[in-house]
Amino acid sequence: MTVKAIVGRKAGMTQVWSEDNHLLPVTVIEVQPVRIVRVKTVEKDGYNALQVTFGAARRKINKPEQGHFDAAGVEAGRELLELRMDDVSGFEVGQEIPLDTFEPGDMVDVSGISKGKGFAGVMKRHNFAGQRATHGAHLVHRMPGSIGQCATPARVFKGKKMAGHMGNQKVTQQNLVVVKVDTELGALMVKGAVPGAKNGLVTVKNAVKKKVQA
Amino acid sequence: MNLMQKVEQAQIRDDLPEMHPGDNVKVHVQVIEGNRTRTQVFQGIIIAMRGDGVRASFKVRKLSFGVGVERTFPMHSPIIEKVEIVARGDVRRAKLYYLRDRIGKAAKVKEKRFN
Repeated sequence: MTVKAIVGRKAGMTQVWSEDNHLLPVTVIEVQPVRIVRVKTVEKDGYNALQVTFGAARRKINKPEQGHFDAAGVEAGRELLELRMDDVSGFEVGQEIPLDTFEPGDMVDVSGISKGKGFAGVMKRHNFAGQRATHGAHLVHRMPGSIGQCATPARVFKGKKMAGHMGNQKVTQQNLVVVKVDTELGALMVKGAVPGAKNGLVTVKNAVKKKVQA
Repeated sequence: MNLMQKVEQAQIRDDLPEMHPGDNVKVHVQVIEGNRTRTQVFQGIIIAMRGDGVRASFKVRKLSFGVGVERTFPMHSPIIEKVEIVARGDVRRAKLYYLRDRIGKAAKVKEKRFN
């Protein structure tokens, strides 16, 4: 049930005092108004989405790209990305989605690209327990142990948790509470941590597991 | 100033006096009891200060009925109404944890003299 969505940049974490004077850990997300470049609909594109951009372009926009922005009559921005929505009927090309779509107290899901960890072993990647530090353990301290049976099935099952590349993938943190919305600074503050490194692009959507108040 | 600094700057309060480890202070704290608030005074010696910016905090130690009590206050917490400096302490280190092991007269901090 994606009804509200916005794009921002993870600025970092800090702490703020709540109204009842408790300290809350928050992630500050820098949000600029999002400009709608194209509205995708089920009839035409097979799915509902908003193609959006925000901020100012940070690189040269080539001619085909410029043409795409010109056709929409929208100033070229930093990125061009899609926000999947349930219903796009209320949105028009050229319209801006402001930061105050979200209010303090709203529950949101925040997605970002997690920090890359490189080729990681099974203890770090899948929280395996590893093996003994002593009692004769030799060169196996962080090894996975057995990865299967013997002549039957005579192979390793697909999906077996093993070492490999970790991180640098899309991660969504669900049900974070919006603590503060500062339209003056363009800051959205969300309680708790958010996936990804500082300056990373994050998308904020209303929480799929919560009902949206109209 | 980047966004993070602006967000933090907005929370920093500048109405507190300059404090140092060793100072004897009265900290006026808001206490909520049910639906009314009152002010409680916590008087003692600052034995440690740490952090900077919004995360700064200080630790105050006092003796209450012969039992040592320490309380850590976030420096910019809105529950602190005001801080009064009773006496400036003359100390030679930043963390006065040695006071915990001392009893009676030995646990005193010399007062700073300005002349």
